[in-house]
Amino acid sequence: MSDLGSAPVPPVGIDDHLRGAGETLIVYADLGCPHCARDWFGLNESGRHIVFRHFPVRSKHPRAPELHGAAEAAGLQGAFFEFVDSLYADRGHVDDPHLWQRAERFGLDLERFERDRRSDVVAARVRRDFESGIRAGVTGTPALFDADGLTASA
Amino acid sequence: MIAVGDKAPDFTLRNQDGDDVSLADYQGRKVLIVFYPMDFSPVCSDQLSIYQEVKPELAEKGVELVGISIDHPWAHKAFQEKLGIDTTLLADFEPKGEVAKAYGSWFDAGFANRTLVLVDADGTVAWTYESPSPGEFPGANVIFDALG
Repeated sequence: MSDLGSAPVPPVGIDDHLRGAGETLIVYADLGCPHCARDWFGLNESGRHIVFRHFPVRSKHPRAPELHGAAEAAGLQGAFFEFVDSLYADRGHVDDPHLWQRAERFGLDLERFERDRRSDVVAARVRRDFESGIRAGVTGTPALFDADGLTASA
Repeated sequence: MIAVGDKAPDFTLRNQDGDDVSLADYQGRKVLIVFYPMDFSPVCSDQLSIYQEVKPELAEKGVELVGISIDHPWAHKAFQEKLGIDTTLLADFEPKGEVAKAYGSWFDAGFANRTLVLVDADGTVAWTYESPSPGEFPGANVIFDALG
């Protein structure tokens, strides 16, 4: 049984999705969220060490689980942030054929990408982040925390 | 606000499909009543969306989720469809806010305050939460803290 009671934001780990250097900024984000898309590139240009954590909310953004699975699968082939950037840059093309086009553009093994994005391992990895966000009290995205797990601002 | 240990006032309200639903229908099960201001507002949308995501975990703990606001069943139906949620939404529509008032969850601006009431299987109030303001809602973690 999952325990979703309150807990601090997990510290940054080696299996987090990390980008850049500087002051750490943990970002709980939904790949279907327009607010996240609006803020994403600014956050990445802010000179921070970005830690991306999955927080898909299906009821608000029906494609979010599929997009997070695809990004995670791309990450298994070394293209996590390229995939995330492309999703936020072009929110109008997020159906399956568009995901395949991105996979080809980033030189991914398409068969593996297809297998991975629907796998239990990937779903569990996404859910792990989501649950940590719930336990930290995330109520909307993007939700920002510093390295100590304290609420941060952009 | 209603006190822990009080008998939860029974009610009969119409749900999003226009069917009558009573608190007594939940006897023998725990039910978490989410009083919220109004359908389609941004905060209410976020709250019900987040809670929808953890419904399986609530069900594991034997808790059913019910939302109550002053909106009409037709509005509830549209709101439910817009959010893509299947949480039961009850219409405290006429007399307006009668159930919210009975639970001490009324906000003097014409709508329910954002409160949570956990009713035990025997119909007593097991836990309550009142948001500091209608513009804020408790994360789902707060609910799971209460459930233990």
